[in-house]
Amino acid sequence: MSQPENNTSKMSRRDFVKTNAIAATATAAGITIPGIKETLAASQASSDKIRWDKAPCRFCGTGCSVLVGTQGGKIVATQGDPDAPVNKGLNCIKGYFLSKIMYGKDRLTKPLLRKTNGQYDKEGEFTEVSWDEAFDIMAVKWKEAMKNDMAANVGKPADKLTSTVGMFGSGQWTIFEGYAASKLMKAGFRSNHIDPNARHCMASAVGGFMRAFGSDEPMGCYDDLEHADAFVLWGSNMAEMHPILWTRITDTRLTKPGCEVHVLSTFEHRCFDLGDNNMVFTPQTDLAILNYIANYIVQNKAYDENFINKHTNFKKTPTDIGYGLRPEHELEKKKTGTGGKLSSITFEEYAKSIKGYTLDYAHEISGVPKANLLRLAKLYADPTKKITSLWTMGFNQHTRGVWANGLIYNVHLLTGKISQPGNGPFSLTGQPSACGTAREVGTFSHRLPADYVVKKKEHRDLAEKIWELPEGTIPGKPGYHAVLQNRMLKDSKLNVYWVMCNNNVQAAANLNEETMPGYRNPDNFIVTSDPYPTVTAMASDLILPTAMWTEKEGAYGNAERRTQFWRQQVNAPGEAKSDLWQLMEFSKRFKVEDVWPTDLIAKSPQYKGKTLFNVLFENGFVNQFKQQVVTDDRGNTYANDEMEAFGFYPQKGLFEEYRRFQQEGPKKGHEQAPFDTYHKVRGLRWPVINGKETLWRYAEGYDPYVKKGEGIRFYGNKDGRANIITAPYEAAAESPDKEYDLWLSTGRVLEHWHSGSMTRRVPELYRAFPDAVVFMHPDDAKKRGLRRGMTAKIISRRGEVECMVETRGRNRPPVGLVFVPWFDAGRLINKVTLDATDPLSKETDYKKCAIKIEKVA
Amino acid sequence: MNISTDKTLQSRRRFLENISRAAGGAALYGIGLGLYSQQATSLPAQSLRPPGVVNESDFLSACVRCGLCVRDCPYDTLKLSRLGDDVALGTPYFDARKVPCEMCEDIPCVKACPTGALDPAMQNIDDARMGLAVLIDQESCIAFQGLRCEVCFNVCPLANKAISLNRTHNQRTGKHALIVPVIHSDACTGCGKCEHACILEAAAIKVLPARLAKGELGHHYRLGWKEKKKAGESLVTPDLPHKYNLPEGADYDYEGEGLIPAPGNNDSPFNKSAIDRLNEELK
Repeated sequence: MSQPENNTSKMSRRDFVKTNAIAATATAAGITIPGIKETLAASQASSDKIRWDKAPCRFCGTGCSVLVGTQGGKIVATQGDPDAPVNKGLNCIKGYFLSKIMYGKDRLTKPLLRKTNGQYDKEGEFTEVSWDEAFDIMAVKWKEAMKNDMAANVGKPADKLTSTVGMFGSGQWTIFEGYAASKLMKAGFRSNHIDPNARHCMASAVGGFMRAFGSDEPMGCYDDLEHADAFVLWGSNMAEMHPILWTRITDTRLTKPGCEVHVLSTFEHRCFDLGDNNMVFTPQTDLAILNYIANYIVQNKAYDENFINKHTNFKKTPTDIGYGLRPEHELEKKKTGTGGKLSSITFEEYAKSIKGYTLDYAHEISGVPKANLLRLAKLYADPTKKITSLWTMGFNQHTRGVWANGLIYNVHLLTGKISQPGNGPFSLTGQPSACGTAREVGTFSHRLPADYVVKKKEHRDLAEKIWELPEGTIPGKPGYHAVLQNRMLKDSKLNVYWVMCNNNVQAAANLNEETMPGYRNPDNFIVTSDPYPTVTAMASDLILPTAMWTEKEGAYGNAERRTQFWRQQVNAPGEAKSDLWQLMEFSKRFKVEDVWPTDLIAKSPQYKGKTLFNVLFENGFVNQFKQQVVTDDRGNTYANDEMEAFGFYPQKGLFEEYRRFQQEGPKKGHEQAPFDTYHKVRGLRWPVINGKETLWRYAEGYDPYVKKGEGIRFYGNKDGRANIITAPYEAAAESPDKEYDLWLSTGRVLEHWHSGSMTRRVPELYRAFPDAVVFMHPDDAKKRGLRRGMTAKIISRRGEVECMVETRGRNRPPVGLVFVPWFDAGRLINKVTLDATDPLSKETDYKKCAIKIEKVA
Repeated sequence: MNISTDKTLQSRRRFLENISRAAGGAALYGIGLGLYSQQATSLPAQSLRPPGVVNESDFLSACVRCGLCVRDCPYDTLKLSRLGDDVALGTPYFDARKVPCEMCEDIPCVKACPTGALDPAMQNIDDARMGLAVLIDQESCIAFQGLRCEVCFNVCPLANKAISLNRTHNQRTGKHALIVPVIHSDACTGCGKCEHACILEAAAIKVLPARLAKGELGHHYRLGWKEKKKAGESLVTPDLPHKYNLPEGADYDYEGEGLIPAPGNNDSPFNKSAIDRLNEELK
């Protein structure tokens, strides 16, 4: 097994001739010689060298770095970046196939409009059109909608404005795209109805961070994975969803004496293979377990009194707040509380509020054996153990997701185990730029760039100052969030809608009742930008072919606040264009007079007759960065199709403008490095102060915003203190009953990314996990006359879907619960799921609804 | 490590078929002819027999080449060998990389067999031994390089029994773990789902006949820990309780971690008291 690593490149001309001769002889003889074709092909190709450049992986929030190999205008290979601190040259199986994701046979290369007899028709067939025709019809529809909006808004103040224009964006957008989209919607079209798919993913985490610390995103970083003595997984199947981070935890567990891994979930999954203390709990009772741990710490005086006196406040939050369903839903009529306004309480009142969460109670309600619960509580209480708690969708996709996030902060704050190497709560991210794009640049319906919000006048003032807009341009009322957007489409209150870089028809819960009716509503015009014909594209009226990943210059921000850039490596196929080009080019179709009322324009008369492109992008700041040749330090040059199209460097201009929000506003601690720096580094973790990264926020020595002698300062809140917020256990929106007798949880698998639109087009990944299956307990299967491999019908009050039964696989649910992954466009589990959301974060609970299962005859 | 691939087998076959025009190639394959005549009666390594075949020669004498097992295979896994195939003419076989055995619980192929060539005594498909999966190329398997794949483990119908995952420290990166598949011959049925799903261009895991795949420990040696497990206790007992000269506070665990030093001073404001206090209160 000692072949030279690269035998083809060392092949001399003489060898080449010899090989050819052997091949010729063999052909004449009618025989094949193994490997000869490959050897020939490789030796011919090696004359044209592969160019390698860095890029973050396209998939999850881990943010592995890869080297992308380009040859002849095509990505021909990738490799894990051996110099990247996150992954050190490793990838998961999805990352292994990155070079294939852009080359599916059904890439979209031309805009497609539904037409009948050459005219746009909502019920027509998809027909190829030019970009001009596509933008023409879009502009007509958008202008019509905004004309109506302007009429409805006459005389209204900024915080009362309404709009019928919407956009659904993405945590997979590049930072520049998210920023441009937010600006176009909130400033240009004066609509806050822009929300990212991160609403389904990280909104509860955001809510938890803002309420406890007044600043979004984790205090720690991935170095915690080597420094912790113990890991606790709360509703996170890292073994499959954050595969490379999982190998880091595994390694620490294997190599550090005394290291423990505790795993909590509603079903057994791959993390349980490593766990020292595994706990399967009844869905929703994580709230009770968290309160039990806090109660244990309080009762046993294991809290850090000095820490809580100096660095925390105690608060309570309204309870019985409903389930984010439509107001006429029975559950919403029954609720007695509303919202999340915090009020102050004392430590004693806090202690009293959790007193009922005894070991007995936690055990009874959760079904977890007492010994396991006690072991977990003692771990958190042990002052000598450094603990990193991790969670993803188990906490976030939860009708009490913000509470759940808060309850884990309570435990860490009570014990002072936070903001120190190895010690801290760590919210893992699902998407590659849920942090960098969706959260940081303000693509949520309530946010502005850098943690600012539309609701506050002074924040809108700041945005209007930086964007040089007339006062009152940005609407003050938070827009429709993701789930509400679908409801408003159905109710005809949102009429023009642009879906970019996501597949919400496959993602959003309750497809039959709440998604499809809105998309196919004759009052609405729906546009989807995507590289592939997803189910969302098919449900739309106009499909725009989109450049993906390294077909454009981009930037992502991962879960540990690391911002990573990449250069454009190849050209997009056909007429496919990046989201950034689409957003900016479309803005040229609007004169300010089309979108702004005369009284607003009167405040900035210089904009009269100008296009939104002039006002938003050719504004003197963004376009000050002139067209240039993009190069690396090895002398390679790279294309930048957007720079070519617009005549300036839009990525740089948008990023530098975004940085002004970090520097000119009152909020500190979000600073990023200048644009050019990021092309020279393998990512930097913000805040970047004087060129230095921040590893642990809020901690003296690690965070320059904490003064000497302060130790810890949670400076996101004005008083520098974090909030310990009490919240009780409350039942799930829908629990199994006599008829619908099983819990349904949904999620992902290692081999596929989200809705599978990229990974299912890689033949090897498709073969590895072709179709969604229903993971269930063998006894549950038997009871229904089912065996492994048979087809089952999964039925809820909202819809049904058929799947093959799996009783032996990687997920081993307890009796009473089944798990179905959502990657399969042929088996849309979101026909079954319930659109109940956390009323605070508006994030859907994809982990709990009631279903029944029948055998398919 | 020499891997016999389909390609080399095919080329041998074609060589014989085209022998008249193979003057040039004859020199290349002079040795091949001798090899072929030896192997002509034996089953090629990658052609697997259906469930219920105990040994090849018994099977060949019992199989009447009726094709009923092939007809009843619901997944078109089984094929009948044809003239020119290296498998004995008219007998059933499958190629796992193309279509693996789905391990039907009711084993229709065995039921269909009129002669008992496929052993009707085999009632549980998990008892089938069609071959043995071997992770034959650790150099190419991405799991052995530290990447996260595990597809063979995940598709294995007897995951955790026939294939389990072993975790070790990744010395190259220093902070990641290798999570690598390990095959267990006592449970592997040779169904070939692992080989079929292997995401490499050529599978790193292959199902081979057990006679090729399996080594054998010297009859003069036993693995002590396995014998102990089999017996359920130490083969030689008992030990007197061990006592040690130790400084105050230290302990020694004979079978476990060895020396447990006395706990040192702790600078934490809580010192060491909290957990002790917690434990005391529990009592």
